[in-house]
Amino acid sequence: MAETVAQRKTDIGPPHYQKFLPPIVKQNYGQWRYHEILRPGVMVHVAESGDRLYTVRAGSPRLLSIQTIREFCDLADRYSGGHLRFTSRNNIEFLLTDPGTIDPLVADLNTRGFPVGGMANAISNMVHTQGWVHCHSAATDASGIVKAVMDELIGYFTTMKLPAKLRLALACCLNMCGAVHCSDIAILGIHRRPPKIDQDRLPKVCEIPSVVASCPTAAVRPKRIDGKETVEVIEERCMFCGNCYTVCPAMPLADALNDGVSIWVGGKVSNARTAPMFSKLAIPYLPNNPPRWPEVVEAVKHLVEVWAADAKKYERMGEWIQRIGWPRFFQKTGIPFTKQHIDDFRYAGLSYQRSVHIKS
Amino acid sequence: MGDEKKIPKTPKLDELDKGPWPSFVREIKRAAEKSPMSRGLLGVLERSYNEKVGHWKHGGIVGVRGYGGGVIGRYSDLPEEFPDIAHFHTIRVNQPAGWFYTSAALRTICDLWERHGSGLTNLHGSTGDIILLGTRTEELEPIFSELTQMGFDLGGSGSDIRTPSCCVGPARCEWACYDTLGLTYDLTMHYQDEIHRPAFPYKFKFKAAGCPNDCVASIARADLSIIGTWKGPIQVDAAAVTAYTKDGTDIQADVCDRCPSKCMAWDGKALTIANEWCVRCMHCINVLPTALRPGPERGATILVGAKAPIIQGAMLSSVLVPFMKMEPPYTALKELVGKMLELWAEEGKSRERIGEFIQRVGLGNFLEAIGLEPLPEMVAHPRENPYVFYEEYLEEEPTEAKA
Repeated sequence: MAETVAQRKTDIGPPHYQKFLPPIVKQNYGQWRYHEILRPGVMVHVAESGDRLYTVRAGSPRLLSIQTIREFCDLADRYSGGHLRFTSRNNIEFLLTDPGTIDPLVADLNTRGFPVGGMANAISNMVHTQGWVHCHSAATDASGIVKAVMDELIGYFTTMKLPAKLRLALACCLNMCGAVHCSDIAILGIHRRPPKIDQDRLPKVCEIPSVVASCPTAAVRPKRIDGKETVEVIEERCMFCGNCYTVCPAMPLADALNDGVSIWVGGKVSNARTAPMFSKLAIPYLPNNPPRWPEVVEAVKHLVEVWAADAKKYERMGEWIQRIGWPRFFQKTGIPFTKQHIDDFRYAGLSYQRSVHIKS
Repeated sequence: MGDEKKIPKTPKLDELDKGPWPSFVREIKRAAEKSPMSRGLLGVLERSYNEKVGHWKHGGIVGVRGYGGGVIGRYSDLPEEFPDIAHFHTIRVNQPAGWFYTSAALRTICDLWERHGSGLTNLHGSTGDIILLGTRTEELEPIFSELTQMGFDLGGSGSDIRTPSCCVGPARCEWACYDTLGLTYDLTMHYQDEIHRPAFPYKFKFKAAGCPNDCVASIARADLSIIGTWKGPIQVDAAAVTAYTKDGTDIQADVCDRCPSKCMAWDGKALTIANEWCVRCMHCINVLPTALRPGPERGATILVGAKAPIIQGAMLSSVLVPFMKMEPPYTALKELVGKMLELWAEEGKSRERIGEFIQRVGLGNFLEAIGLEPLPEMVAHPRENPYVFYEEYLEEEPTEAKA
């Protein structure tokens, strides 16, 4: 222990990235000329020097065992000089200098069950959160739905046949660790029952003013019950955001009967063509139906197919909807439009149709 | 613990061990070959799949000595039934910028995690860190000690500066308008204290994107979004444009008609660009990567305020500085961020992100407080309502009574 203390280092930060760059990247850093996508999941970057760097991209489940990471390391040792990287969407990339190694690597990855793709006009890997694997506030599982959806849509990962990119994401509650609010299609876990207050525990573990202040709709109010300072929830004001639970563990929202999933469409973060957009509500509620969430898988697949059949080249989901209009989106998808689709939070009026420009 | 190698029966989860997409269940089962914790996880997850509800308790304060962030406390609400995962804390390890690794470095992390944790990871977490998923409180100090010996450190969590992250940038992208990896590393080192010791109203995230395609979603996810851009004309290789037409690219339909500012014209032979109208959206460059490139004078647009819904609703970042040169030591950016952090730390309410803070006090007041001039580039349009604040008003000079 004394030895450990003596050696204790803090605030050293991460290793410098240069230690991990492949030699070809170091030599051509900032000197790339152009790139081309050679086939699904394979691209080449050409440097001013003429050097060519081949990237092979494969999907991963994000939740990885050390055994699988070591398997990726073995592949990197065999094919890419021990170098590999990950993308912001949890794909793994091998960086090759010899084009002759592309086919053997792709074959090796496929044999091991890792699909190659996720580039250009394709579905890339899904960004997602922890769900029941690790999170206390989850309204649904994350990895399970992602697995079930991607099993169905893998053909769009391994090809480039869509009109444009399609970015799928899943967050298992409104905290949105996965920040799904700007995705072409977002799957969002939702609670639908107000917090069940543990009145014995709350006064011991929670700070009443913080809990009251945490509620965006002032649904949580201080109250004295049986001589103890605690809170009450005005249920009709609760919109199930879960912020009180984040501040106070004695107010859980999870509820097997009411929790489920909502589906959002048309967001993007890229500035290409149109400005970044938020995703908008398409389906307010689908049930939690593990292990394969067939209703969610079917709904997502249907949205992808309606968009893919109708969108023009380069039209992302949101751009397609901008062109055809929301009435036609609901008509073409057959999704019923309900009261839940109409915003009633801050600035809700900005989303009303404030003109007579109505496509029919 | 070592003798009960029995992997629990998981008929529900087994359904997700099937199918063509790589399976997280297979990953947990692989980890379970060695780790009692991962065996416990299979058991509790199967139970969640049956009951449709999670079994993790709210946080709890755990960490390593001298740090306030980097470890997320997690406890099972069924500790008697699943004693191996009574504790299941997460460690956030600050990733190398750009997520490049050598196999040797990754193997050292795997070895450490085999000795001290569940053997399960996320590569990577949503903020960008390496996530080591599931360990016990007493393992935290040994893990931290070994990690730092290996040259790694913890990332952020709680109300601190979160681990900055970036796109692949100039390491492998011709569109990078500044060195996203260099900036990310520089900011990470500059803010080590603020990353490790929460001292703000709430979290604060940096994301560095090399161009307006924004591959790290900085405009949606970062309190400070640094998005590469350029000044001056798009660089055109006319011969390469023509080459695209031979490959079947319809320059008029695929490029000119999709241009948001309609600043491009194609006469069947040459592409002309009215650069003064270009909004630098990247579409034409994305479609014709061998022919078009961003202009030579490069830098970044600095935007502020993005966040997910909690508490006041989701926000996208908005423009703070339309164009800033991005060169080490990034003094102008650090000075600007310093003023913003100081103001927000002083005036922000608990759990109020800086975007929400700006909405509350007003962007105009915020700009005044950090010493930035208001610019039309910062707004979609000027105000529509006439409720204008003026801090001072004129008063008639008192007239002196004359004798």
